[in-house]
Amino acid sequence: MKRFLRRFLLLDLLEGLWVTFRHQSPDQIATEQYPSERPAVSERYRGAPRLNVHPETQETLCISCNLCAVACPENLIVVGSVRNPETKRKDLVHFTYDLSRCMFCGLCEDACPVDALELTQDFELASYTREGLIWDRQALEEGPRPTQYRQ
Amino acid sequence: MTALDGNEMVLNMGPQHPSTHGVLRIVLKLDGERVKSTDCIIGYLHRGVEKIAENRTYTQFAPYVDRMDYLAAVSNGLGYCLAVEKLLNAVATPRAQAVRVILTELNRIASHLLWLGTHALDIGAITPLFYTLREREAVLKIFENYCGARLTTHAFRIGGLQYELYEGFEREVESFCGQFLGKVDEYEELLSGNRIWRERLRGVGVIDAATCKQYGVTGPVLRAAGVGWDLRKAQPYSGYEQYEFDVPVRTSGDTLDRYFVRLDEMRESVRIIRQAVANIPAGPIMAKVPKVIKPAVGEAYVSIEAPKGELGYFIVSDGTTQPYRLRVRPPSFVNLQALGHMAQGALVADVVAIIGTIDIVLGEVDR
Repeated sequence: MKRFLRRFLLLDLLEGLWVTFRHQSPDQIATEQYPSERPAVSERYRGAPRLNVHPETQETLCISCNLCAVACPENLIVVGSVRNPETKRKDLVHFTYDLSRCMFCGLCEDACPVDALELTQDFELASYTREGLIWDRQALEEGPRPTQYRQ
Repeated sequence: MTALDGNEMVLNMGPQHPSTHGVLRIVLKLDGERVKSTDCIIGYLHRGVEKIAENRTYTQFAPYVDRMDYLAAVSNGLGYCLAVEKLLNAVATPRAQAVRVILTELNRIASHLLWLGTHALDIGAITPLFYTLREREAVLKIFENYCGARLTTHAFRIGGLQYELYEGFEREVESFCGQFLGKVDEYEELLSGNRIWRERLRGVGVIDAATCKQYGVTGPVLRAAGVGWDLRKAQPYSGYEQYEFDVPVRTSGDTLDRYFVRLDEMRESVRIIRQAVANIPAGPIMAKVPKVIKPAVGEAYVSIEAPKGELGYFIVSDGTTQPYRLRVRPPSFVNLQALGHMAQGALVADVVAIIGTIDIVLGEVDR
């Protein structure tokens, strides 16, 4: 009899509906209003690569050791350098990073001995062209400049 | 294909069908509404991962395994790292092992949550998807905080971990576990008690234990058929023997039982995580492995219990820095074989339920 009433009054379905109803309160909202409300990505987020420069002298920290290019599984980093006869060191000439093939594994970042190459928290990397995703040294030092959303 | 008789019809399901969970194409031979035979056509997502492995160093290949079962990238990474460690005769440090267990169990929860949401969506219950994705978001946030990526995590390295735990990791995991059990009860309230859900799933896609073993089916599908085979218990790895947990087993082997097995597994995962988080040993996170990984000539097979079943890595080393051959035993691929048996004589609408209940990921089936 009890079972019959339960079935007849659709109690099992009402239980489920009650769960749905409970979720109507505004503190249950999980939607993020991107782009007006931007997500806070974590500190360790692996996003756009950046080639760090010295904060005061603006000189690059890269020592052209080529370790990142060796570590990269996709071989998408090209480091160009010339040997400086005065300092006996390599000077960085160009640095190319092909983001269109990058899978953001972070191996280049781990390989860098001087923390020059770093994956940053920038995540807006869209480009209108494929070539736009191949970043040269200037782009890597400045970082991406996504269009800012205005209300 | 043999000639059809007058009542038969051939229907292509997929590769763009949303309920095939990816790019699976099934050629269904129908007699009216009844399925007479199924023919799975796979390979639309083939990327040649095993071949790629032969052209990468051991370290470089680690990110690629995340892209096979991309819903359980952490489990893939664990299996691969354990296999290479076996080749090297190295063992991860106790601290690394505990963190690995926590993250893989969190990943099991995330994978089962996505399965539950999409499976329910296939069958017609749309609401659970939103709730499960919300809870999954909390797990993905922990992954993001820990290693900087949400899906293709690349969280483990050969010999241990790359990243030390961040400030507040334990608290975050504990708070997730605390509220998550209540959420599982909520899903049960939504689905388990629901008459439509039960009647829809009971007796659909039945497979018995003997057939499961013949096909090599593992994971929740096997456990729902009454075989309590779980590699975490049967051949413990990464310190699973220290933790106390049960292996959920059901007996009737239908879609409803597989649903219950997976729900219980999520609860057991929470149990394991709680035990592991309570005492993470101190110490280094990286064992002493050489910087350039160059195992001796030999081969190794390691299998772990991934969310979908037995995930195995077989690596042959020829003494260089690159694997000579790498073979993956993907649970989804093996479990998918049982589809033909389970769908035999079922209705067309049940095929959708059966694909959902096997829990396949096409990235892993095709590799």
